[in-house]
Amino acid sequence: MLGIVDYGAGNQTSVRRALDALGITSTISHDAEKLWSCQGIIVPGVGAAGQAMQQLRGTGLDGLLKDAAKQGRPVLGICLGCQILLDYSEENDTDLLGLIHGQCRRFASDLTEEDGRPAPVPHMGWNTLHIQQKDCSLLKGLPSEAFFYFVHSYYIDPESPQIIAQSYYGHPFTAIVGHEGLWGVQFHPEKSGRPGLQLLKNFYTFCQEDKNHAQ
Amino acid sequence: MLSKRVIVCLDVRNGRLTKGIKFAGNQDIGDPVESARRYYEEGADEIVFYDITASAEQRGIFLDVVSRVAQAIFIPFSVGGGIACLDDMHAVLDAGAEKISINSAAVKNPRLISEGAREFGSQAIVVGMDVLAVEKTADIPSGYEIVIHGGRLHTGLDALAWAKQCQDLGAGELCINSIDADGTKDGYELTLTAAICAHVTIPVIASGGAGCPAHLLDALTRGQAQAALIASIVHYGQYSIAECKQYLADHGVCVRQTW
Repeated sequence: MLGIVDYGAGNQTSVRRALDALGITSTISHDAEKLWSCQGIIVPGVGAAGQAMQQLRGTGLDGLLKDAAKQGRPVLGICLGCQILLDYSEENDTDLLGLIHGQCRRFASDLTEEDGRPAPVPHMGWNTLHIQQKDCSLLKGLPSEAFFYFVHSYYIDPESPQIIAQSYYGHPFTAIVGHEGLWGVQFHPEKSGRPGLQLLKNFYTFCQEDKNHAQ
Repeated sequence: MLSKRVIVCLDVRNGRLTKGIKFAGNQDIGDPVESARRYYEEGADEIVFYDITASAEQRGIFLDVVSRVAQAIFIPFSVGGGIACLDDMHAVLDAGAEKISINSAAVKNPRLISEGAREFGSQAIVVGMDVLAVEKTADIPSGYEIVIHGGRLHTGLDALAWAKQCQDLGAGELCINSIDADGTKDGYELTLTAAICAHVTIPVIASGGAGCPAHLLDALTRGQAQAALIASIVHYGQYSIAECKQYLADHGVCVRQTW
């Protein structure tokens, strides 16, 4: 069972549908105890960082996620749910959870693509990864040329040992961040076709094999 | 690098596809959910559904289709037809669509674009425009006029000016449908597409006129569009999405290869 954190952030049902299609049972909840009993926690997210953090603090779920990270419970943040794992976001001048060191910055409005065409913000569409850490459990069985679906105006800029994969939009930016058991992905695996489903399945497999979680 | 997109368009009436769709097995399928699944598996980057009845009593049937599609495909999809207010937008997004496509309603009430963008984000708002080539006048200096209600009603709006206005109001993407090219299978209206692309910075989807993969290549290179919309060339089994994408890849266009 995976727990999907419900903090009014939009795309939790699409994450749920993708897990359903994989035959992975999940629960969408804002109840800390219920989420804690799950094998792994997914933090979805569409929207703005300021409001998201306000919601998490208001419900005490920020504490749950900090405890989960401290005790090595598997956590996967998606898009905004990935960004809030870091220290700080330029968006709404927001202090984040601080589970991964680094900041979220806004894409500049004057970026250009590799072929010289303007790169408008938000970065929206299908993009590839340049994988830095090939042994990452999330990437098992994924071809290096797989595309993932992105929609975002802010990008994460973590400390380099935490960069698992980068993507390119006007400049390289981090697409997967973290370390075994605590991950953030900037793209939407639930909307990224088969590679995205594979990544979610890999997360679940990791959760099932996780030794830190007493069943 | 961000890929160019191939988007498949499905017209839905009373919960069924309006035209039968022919797949490899010579099987005509009128179920939009099943068709969406097939195109998803074949490698469509996005799917757009138009509810072409959009009468109040049929709306529930269509929303049911949207929610069943959301359970079957794991790529973004948009929904258009009959969306005239924020409540309509809420309903299709709640049912599982990522984007809303508005056309005539945006012309009649441009605030719908800004209100939608504020409520759901620009990435969720696609403005569709039906464009007709006309004589250049002081009011329509580009020689391209926005028409609504399937081309029956002239608006007096210049397509370039309207495109810019939509962007300024917060549209995330524009879908440019040439009424002149639509249904001809002679290729997209490249002059129009390129003119719009040069005039705005948001992504532009070329629509109307695709007859073969070479037309997609033209739209994405000479036309400078970020995405090409296709319908009948794949619906009647003339080409597969995989063939279209392979052709684009062979000609140096960055497209998503499915795996």
